[in-house]
Amino acid sequence: MKLQLEKRLRLPRFAWFTVPLYSLAFAFGVMFFVLAFFYLGQEQAAGTAFSRSGFALVSLLSTPFSSWFGFFGSLTHMVPLALVALGLSVAYRVKAWNIGGEGQMYLGAMAATWGALFLFPGVSRPWVMLPLLCAMGLAGGAFWALLPALMKAFLRTDEIVVTLMLNYVALFWADFLVNGPWKNPAGFGFPGTASFGVSARFPTVFGGQLHTGFFLPLLVAVLLLLLQQKSAWGFRSRIVGDNPLAARYAGISVRRTGAMALLASGALSGLAGAVQMMGVQHSFQQGFSSGYGYTAIIVAWLARLNPLGILLVSFLFGGMQMGNSSLQMFHGVPSALTPTLQALLLFSLLGGESLSRFRIRWKKPGEVADHG
Amino acid sequence: MGETGVFLVSVLGAAIQSGTPLLFAVLGTILVERSGVMNLGLEGLMLVGALAGFAAASVTSNLLLAILFAMMAGALLGLLHALFCVVLRINQVVSGLAITLLGSGITGLWGTRFAGTTAARFVPVKLPLLGDIPVLGQIFFGHDVLVYVALGLVPLLWFFLYRTRFGMNLRAVGEEPRAADSRGIDVYRVRFLYTIGGSAITALGGAYLSLAANSLWMDNLTAGRGWIAIALALFAGWDPVKALLGATLFGGISALGFHLQAFGVPVSPYLLKMLPYLLTIGVLALTSSERSRRKLGTPSSLGIPYSREERM
Repeated sequence: MKLQLEKRLRLPRFAWFTVPLYSLAFAFGVMFFVLAFFYLGQEQAAGTAFSRSGFALVSLLSTPFSSWFGFFGSLTHMVPLALVALGLSVAYRVKAWNIGGEGQMYLGAMAATWGALFLFPGVSRPWVMLPLLCAMGLAGGAFWALLPALMKAFLRTDEIVVTLMLNYVALFWADFLVNGPWKNPAGFGFPGTASFGVSARFPTVFGGQLHTGFFLPLLVAVLLLLLQQKSAWGFRSRIVGDNPLAARYAGISVRRTGAMALLASGALSGLAGAVQMMGVQHSFQQGFSSGYGYTAIIVAWLARLNPLGILLVSFLFGGMQMGNSSLQMFHGVPSALTPTLQALLLFSLLGGESLSRFRIRWKKPGEVADHG
Repeated sequence: MGETGVFLVSVLGAAIQSGTPLLFAVLGTILVERSGVMNLGLEGLMLVGALAGFAAASVTSNLLLAILFAMMAGALLGLLHALFCVVLRINQVVSGLAITLLGSGITGLWGTRFAGTTAARFVPVKLPLLGDIPVLGQIFFGHDVLVYVALGLVPLLWFFLYRTRFGMNLRAVGEEPRAADSRGIDVYRVRFLYTIGGSAITALGGAYLSLAANSLWMDNLTAGRGWIAIALALFAGWDPVKALLGATLFGGISALGFHLQAFGVPVSPYLLKMLPYLLTIGVLALTSSERSRRKLGTPSSLGIPYSREERM
């Protein structure tokens, strides 16, 4: 007797709905016990531990919908996540594995800071300054993707490790800047730059709860959707992504398409960093990103690289981040809750989808697999 | 021995010590990736190993049990990776990153209990006779027992990979799974088992940090060493002996940073921290041609899921 996975020829009728539902339930079920175990470790009675775990999960999920404050906070957290994930989706569509979103975001933020504080601090009109800094961010991110793109195009280097390594190079470069040349002289020794001028900050709406940069991911998502469906570029990348061999026969350079996609995705990640500077931080500091660049990979994958899906998933993930920080503040739950839940969600959703295409059965020795 | 001599001896000794967690991690991942499964979960595996080992040591004060626990935790996370990459054939990059996310998240949650406590630890032992050799003794023979375990694993693994049937099968699966399959090797089983086993060894690298290098647990204890080990596997061309050289070199760079500052030499600590990453990119740039790839020993099927029914 042997355990055998067999492909299903036909999916059950309501699979598109039931499979994700079961997967979600599974992920939250596991998370419930993981979190309860955390509370038990804090020397709490079992009953308290389980009820607190349930409470924490409910409040994590309901954050974006429970109050306007939570809603706008989730939107604010969504902006960098969505921009990086949209960028990554461009690369992943052509199977260019950019995992340097974090580093490219840092470079975008650094470029915007450079512009705001050192290159053109004199610009006082926001409608000049804001687009200028966005362009700086795009350029900074693209610059950080340039090396892996060139190496991919000319040396056939695998981009995974290069982009990954550059994340750390960017991190230490940022460390160097905020502790050295860019350190705010009036900052009491705190590693960070001086604050941006008023013209370099996004105006806020809804009583200061939301910065106007939030429309950028929406714009980019629509743009990408249009480009993917209507433009020659979208057509080319679809072929390269689906069948590189066919693309080569059609005269499309697979490596060049991949390299260009890397550049574009770097630029969008850089924009995310710049927007975060102009909208939220208003000064460049160590660790401003809290791993958006890595979370965005999960976002892009869960949304199946669909721009609108990315907006939705990053809103929900942004809500979790927002909910986690208030749980941390008021209930002492570590910020590690969110990444744990996100990883569990990814595993169970992808696993559920994959499993639903198979069925498991015991195979007797000598039996020929029948597909049906 | 002048001041420079003392300096060099202490740097070299420290290089071996701070290279050890990297060495465990990279030896583990060599086993995983030689089977053709890409492993980006090292950071998570190391963290899980570090916390599991520390927790066991603090509860039982038994170091052997702590090591066992760390390996089990790593194996468990490796099992998850194997399940997703080998059985369900989910994208290996994504699965690996999710393993890292899960490992760092879960240790961040469960580890709060152990933050700020101490536990039993491996102490450095000066080996009799060998430890008394003037320079070499100080560099090589005054470490804790885990260092010797790691060093011992290197020839063992080399022999296993290149001189045994199992090792040959493993390499065949990573290079040309279809051919291996037609020779009667169960590709799925090989990938499954080595992903689990390799992950257990990688987790030891984390346990080294919490049980020997320091005797403490804190959030994000590995501080990026898992990513360095990923680079190291590539740097070493998935070869255990070169991995030892690489781990000592990378360990030496970080040890050098400490010692130079202690000696008051003006050198940018940021540049020193960047160096391993920049070195890796440089090596990649020099070795990406098809010919040198083959020379470097990149498993040809690295990252490509195997399916018996589908053709490439």
